[in-house]
Amino acid sequence: MSTIARCRELAATIAAAKPPPMTIMEVCGTHSHAIARYGLKQLLPDEVRFVSGPGCPVCVTADSDLDAIVQIAAQGAIIATFGDMVRVPGPRGSLAEARAAGADIRVLYSPLQALQLARENPARQVVLVGIGFETTVPSIAVTVSEAAQRGPDNFSIYSAHKVVPPAMKALVEDPEAQIDAFLCPGHVSTIIGASAYEFLAGDYEIPCAIGGFGPTDIMEAVFALIGQVKGATAYVENCYTRAVQYEGNTLAQSQIAEVFAPADAEWRGLGVIPASGLHLREEYSHLDAESRYELEAAIERDPGPCICGDVLQGKALPAECPAFGTRCTPASPIGPCMVSSEGSCAAAFKYQEI
Amino acid sequence: MDISDSSQTVTLGHGSGGAMMQQLITEQLLPALGGQSAEGLEDAAILDIPAASIAFSTDSFTVQPLFFPGGDIGSLAVHGTVNDVAMRGARPRYLSLGLIIEEGLPLDTLRRIVESIGQAARDCDVIIASGDTKVVGRGAADSIFINTAGIGECGDHTPSVTAARPGDTVLVNGTLGDHGVAVMIAREDLQISAAVESDTAPLHTLVAAMLEASGEAVHTLRDLTRGGLAAGVNEIASAAGVGITLEAVAIPVRPEVGGACEILGLSPYAVANEGKLVAIVAPEAAEAVLAAMRAHPLGQDACVIGEVSAEPVATVRLHTPIGTTRILELPAGELLPRIC
Repeated sequence: MSTIARCRELAATIAAAKPPPMTIMEVCGTHSHAIARYGLKQLLPDEVRFVSGPGCPVCVTADSDLDAIVQIAAQGAIIATFGDMVRVPGPRGSLAEARAAGADIRVLYSPLQALQLARENPARQVVLVGIGFETTVPSIAVTVSEAAQRGPDNFSIYSAHKVVPPAMKALVEDPEAQIDAFLCPGHVSTIIGASAYEFLAGDYEIPCAIGGFGPTDIMEAVFALIGQVKGATAYVENCYTRAVQYEGNTLAQSQIAEVFAPADAEWRGLGVIPASGLHLREEYSHLDAESRYELEAAIERDPGPCICGDVLQGKALPAECPAFGTRCTPASPIGPCMVSSEGSCAAAFKYQEI
Repeated sequence: MDISDSSQTVTLGHGSGGAMMQQLITEQLLPALGGQSAEGLEDAAILDIPAASIAFSTDSFTVQPLFFPGGDIGSLAVHGTVNDVAMRGARPRYLSLGLIIEEGLPLDTLRRIVESIGQAARDCDVIIASGDTKVVGRGAADSIFINTAGIGECGDHTPSVTAARPGDTVLVNGTLGDHGVAVMIAREDLQISAAVESDTAPLHTLVAAMLEASGEAVHTLRDLTRGGLAAGVNEIASAAGVGITLEAVAIPVRPEVGGACEILGLSPYAVANEGKLVAIVAPEAAEAVLAAMRAHPLGQDACVIGEVSAEPVATVRLHTPIGTTRILELPAGELLPRIC
């Protein structure tokens, strides 16, 4: 059956199921983009409402981390970063602005390229910007491990990595949160496995479904969640079995655990969440960029009209922000959710429905 | 200094206006470009143009890497300006050529680029009528920057970005995103094993064939360079005060280009092309124009991708493959690959 026919069929099945009013949080930014890009809301009844979650790694990066990275750039290091980070406005400006002012910012496609950069520039320091969730961390861990074993010595990493389940826990414990079900992230789940969400269904009675990123994948996961909500039950349903296993990718998990240990981390909007970050283990601490640079305390700033913090917690939709589409656009972003290709404001702006 | 030695590089002396510069121009540049001796060069070229109106355009080229699958900065600098002139229905006749060279550029590299410029100009039947060479210190340019300006003779009909009308048909001449993805893969040495080549090509003979087929029915032509299809159609919708609706399933994208874009978090509709155009054509002439395009080597994959409407003004809509509708936005700026 064609994708379009399957989508239509699922839309009809969902409509016939007469879902109650319910709010589904799509945790992952790639889901936010897929939903917007395919205009999936047009195929779903009005009762089914999506809110975006904290699943865009660039968006949840705290001002304090952005500020530290820009400071390191200003001190002459070569900053090796994934492209999404370059335009995110921090308290002292973005890396793009730092680059315009003379800083050396290199966009990477693979973290191992940072080691190559360090070898090619032996007289300079190369700092890898470690931003990302469980999906990104294994390749970073391999890079750090390689650097520890074989050098080069002029390589270090600023780790602002985060893990997803503690943030989901913080969200459901927030008394203001109104989340009826989670569309769990597809890519992250390939690493951590379906089992990682059991506590949300078990302890908090929140229905969970893991979905892929095609339009039918998402529709199937939504249908699964509607079934759980209607049946007043909660469990973890894996609708992405072609990629996600119950225990996840145990090799990648052990690669992460070898190099990183859980640590408290600050998230934009959500504040400090216990054990939600990843710091280098003691035996790798000599590769920690924070130990190589004198950093001033982060500049506190007024977020102005930006409500990215609320958007990341599903408490507001992008269009509810007074700056959305006027003062804040992808060409001239105020908040990170408008910058990243996974940001929900960028998705809402780029793929406006009509 | 023997500048035929391939180990030699361009130095600041080559831009000094003295004997080194004379030698560079007469021995390296002019032969490749089909020019006369430096002693005979005037301060300005006198052009013989019988047409009542001329089309005039300029563009600068800074691409890295200088050589990429399917082309190089030299051929690109010719095709880019030839195409801009051609989009107004004009026959490209003359180009100017400005080279800004960073000291240290291997002379061999310069030679290859200039030979490519000369070859492309001959292929396009345009004359490089005026030129300039500057050498700047290390770091003041990135290897080489090229500026070309072009002059073409207008014909009986001049397509315009403001001339799109409700009811018109939207056509493209082939697959989208090839150039941008080819350059990105080459520049970043991505470990993506996709055999994607730049589509860089001069479009003036294709345009001539389209105008020959249907003349005034070809309302608008736009070459889809930076910002790709998304920028091109949004500019037309804004300039003409019309709406444009595209069908995603009809827009041709090579699977390997679509796949690379998916991995990098980019839209093939927002990625640059260097040999693609969008045409807005009166509906009754669409079939004839399409046939003329498909009969040309650069239009074999031409197809209809959408239509123009009166409303919503200055807006481009996209019908998705699953039958929903969304806006196709003007791309914001620098294309940056995503994290995961």
